[in-house]
Amino acid sequence: MTAREIQAIYQTGKAAPPEIAETFIKKIEELQPKLKALVWFDPEFVRKQAGALTADGKSKGPLWGVPVLVKDNLCVEGVPTTCASKILARFRPPYNATVIERLKAAGAILLGMANMDEFAFGSSCEYSSYGPTLNPWDTARVPGGSSGGSAAAVAAGMTPLALGSDTGGSIRQPASFCGVVGLKPTYGRVSRYGLIAFASSLDQIGPIAKTVEDCALLFSGIAGFDQRDSTSVEAKVPNCLEELKKPVKGLRVGVPKEYLIDGLDPEVKKALEAALEQFRKLGLKIQEVSLPHTEYAIPTYYIVATAEASSNLARFDGVQYGYRSGEGDSLLAMYGKTRGQGFGPEAKRRIILGTFVLSSGYYEAYYAHALKVRTLIRRDFDKAFEAVDLLMTPTSPTPAFRLGEKLSDPLTMYLSDIYTISVNLAGVPALSLPCGFTPAGLPIGMQLIAKPFAEAELFQAAHAYEQASGWHKREPKIR
Amino acid sequence: MTYVPVIGLEVHLQLATRSKIFCGCATTFGAAANSQVCPVCLGFPGVLPVLNRKVLALGIRTALALGCRIEPTIVFHRKNYFYPDLPKDFQISQYDLPLGRSGSVEVGERRIRVHRVHLEEDAGKLIHKEGEDASLVDFNRSGMPLLEIVSEPDLASPEEAQAYLKTLKAILQYLEVSDCDMEKGSLRCDTNVSLRRPSEELGTKVEVKNLNSFKSVGRALTHEIERQGKLLEAGEKVAQETRLFDDARGITLGMRSKEYAHDYRYFPEPDLVPFSLTEKEIEVIREELPELPAAKAKRFAASFGLTPADARGVTASRAAADYFEACVKAVAGAGLRPEPGTFKAIANWILGEIARVMNERNLEEITALQFSPGHLLELVQLVDSGKISHKMAKEVFAEVVKSGESPARHVQARNLAQVTDAGRIRESAQAVIQENPGAVEDFKKGKPRALMFLVGQLMRRTQGSASPALAQETLRELLKENKR
Repeated sequence: MTAREIQAIYQTGKAAPPEIAETFIKKIEELQPKLKALVWFDPEFVRKQAGALTADGKSKGPLWGVPVLVKDNLCVEGVPTTCASKILARFRPPYNATVIERLKAAGAILLGMANMDEFAFGSSCEYSSYGPTLNPWDTARVPGGSSGGSAAAVAAGMTPLALGSDTGGSIRQPASFCGVVGLKPTYGRVSRYGLIAFASSLDQIGPIAKTVEDCALLFSGIAGFDQRDSTSVEAKVPNCLEELKKPVKGLRVGVPKEYLIDGLDPEVKKALEAALEQFRKLGLKIQEVSLPHTEYAIPTYYIVATAEASSNLARFDGVQYGYRSGEGDSLLAMYGKTRGQGFGPEAKRRIILGTFVLSSGYYEAYYAHALKVRTLIRRDFDKAFEAVDLLMTPTSPTPAFRLGEKLSDPLTMYLSDIYTISVNLAGVPALSLPCGFTPAGLPIGMQLIAKPFAEAELFQAAHAYEQASGWHKREPKIR
Repeated sequence: MTYVPVIGLEVHLQLATRSKIFCGCATTFGAAANSQVCPVCLGFPGVLPVLNRKVLALGIRTALALGCRIEPTIVFHRKNYFYPDLPKDFQISQYDLPLGRSGSVEVGERRIRVHRVHLEEDAGKLIHKEGEDASLVDFNRSGMPLLEIVSEPDLASPEEAQAYLKTLKAILQYLEVSDCDMEKGSLRCDTNVSLRRPSEELGTKVEVKNLNSFKSVGRALTHEIERQGKLLEAGEKVAQETRLFDDARGITLGMRSKEYAHDYRYFPEPDLVPFSLTEKEIEVIREELPELPAAKAKRFAASFGLTPADARGVTASRAAADYFEACVKAVAGAGLRPEPGTFKAIANWILGEIARVMNERNLEEITALQFSPGHLLELVQLVDSGKISHKMAKEVFAEVVKSGESPARHVQARNLAQVTDAGRIRESAQAVIQENPGAVEDFKKGKPRALMFLVGQLMRRTQGSASPALAQETLRELLKENKR
């Protein structure tokens, strides 16, 4: 059931929020043991919200009675928000993230918290201290990450909508692995207040949904300037539900030539080529473009992102909140033991990397240099968008990989983000949507990238393609 | 000593804003521990800083007043280090692009250069309770707005360092950017000091922290200069380190250097977007700058005929300068002549008796005294018109400054006015001459001291209420007549 379908049901009066809430509570209770998509769920928490909506049914917000699942790194007042980390086990924030406030104001029902890689460090959801979420299309495979719980839950129908966060592909890659739609908005479009930061200059909160229309609906519910986030931008948010119906004929789509890499799976390549053909049929104009600094994106990203992360995660020190080790007889020992025991392996790896690149004597060679390359990457996009309206790439070089397949080799894991990372470095918006399935039945995703603040154009092209292709109608058979 | 001290000061100033630098929490001093905090200044997961524009305005105002060049791009950096009073384990500060650079402060005849002025957030406060095996943290101070003012190493003695601090404090008070209260910690000071032989390279510098008053700045520097001097005389080296001043013992102590060997890993704060100030925005703040002490002193000297020293004295605090000007404005209304003599009398009172009483009572500002400009003018007028002697005026001041009573009323109520009735004084003078033939003889023989004796007798006779000037004049006249 999509959000739009739920809204249609409310309109006819056939059901009220408590009944819809019960439907999803049942679905979660049925599928959670199989997929482990949620890390916190309390049916009473859901029922209370749904009941309150019926009681004051006068002012119906744009998401009135629509359930939304929340990634475990978005602060919800009084609800455990742990970033799937032991170091924040039992942490209950004393405030709501801006996106949560907006969802509440819009009448949405929060379903619970979704699994993720610890502190959003990962592309498989395997680095969760709660254990991995499984892919609904094949439970031997990962759902992608870091917003794996959110994407898997949407794909499995445990929720119509979910919030994720995307620092280097953490919404788009799991969306592609799970056959759903995910948007990383323009940097500054959605307030980050209350998002437990991974890399402040790259993080964005975004929607995950089954259809492009649902994705646009949730996006409209969370986007817009927030004075509590100095990096949020005072730009008007268009009515995306209206905008996406606009004709797409004549839109110019660029295909970056650098994106044809050795590691690109032939099935993914085939699906992309078919999608391009579909675009042509819809009247879009396809042309080749160049993003010459693409090869530097991954090293640049892992310098900038880990540097910021090493600083952002310093506060988890056992002093005020979260986990504190009882061992150690000095302040320094308390810090060391707390962080040594509280963080998982990938978090430690990134903190160490980030600390190193900011260290005196290395700063210029790494961090300062990476900032310069970042500017070049951003200019690549500016230049490409002089010639085209949208860029189209695979979301990931491969479909969902097997659990454990890449855990032993972090570098291969990092490489699976090759198509998504430049987008965060450039700050532009990008959307992933299904563009086919492998013969084994695994979803394949394509990524559309637009100019800053042109999310509406992404929705237009994606919606037109989705309606023409019909991939969104497939449902996973969960075993 | 063959060594010359080279001293620089780092002043941390708490800017007087109602809310903190990156959140809306109150900044009231002395509130219950952890009562002025929110998720932002507690560094909770997910929070973001938002710059308080008032902090920026006060920072620019100060930088301009110190003659700094303003950096048109405002950029903050993160200074990373772990400490329990620092909730995010990094401090948001400014690094390679400080708010202001290359300013100066005129201290007496010397110009002390200001290296840089930058904004940053304060940390919380650790509380160690006696006998308890734990430390407590009060985060009320966390996120308080600070302005750091770093001087060049232009100061050559502990006295000059203190004079610089006093002058700087006066400027800051004129600007009304901070209450500058060292006891409350709104003005804190660290120093850097090294020794060198004249015309040789700079020596190794030592940072001295924990200086809680002007006095301790002077004492700490004196001690540190002596300590370094002894080391150098003995052919030893001065270690580059940070030392803490122990106020009770009057000495500086080394900190274990290992614990403080920080690599702060500065990098631009990604949560605060750099932004540019326009020339116009800076000009608006510049135009709002008040007249500063040095300029005011020059004006007072030129307009009111004060000596340069008196003008500097009266303008040393804004409150005193305002007090002086309030007096000057009301001079004519109080029946006094608007001329240098009157202005000097006013300045003398402010720098003399009033300053003495303030010092006795440990008062920072003249406004804390129950003695208005109107009261002072009454007192000056009473002396000027000969109603009371200067000596009596001091006594009256000592009384009314306690009671808050008007001096004129005080004098009237207690019948303290001098007898200026020439007839009554003449009668008394004649009586004194008759009663003291010996002294009269002496006067005739040319002993001037005899006249003073007779004046004293006259004063005694009138119980001190006669005008001494008139008494002397009258006696001299009568004695002259007597001579013939």
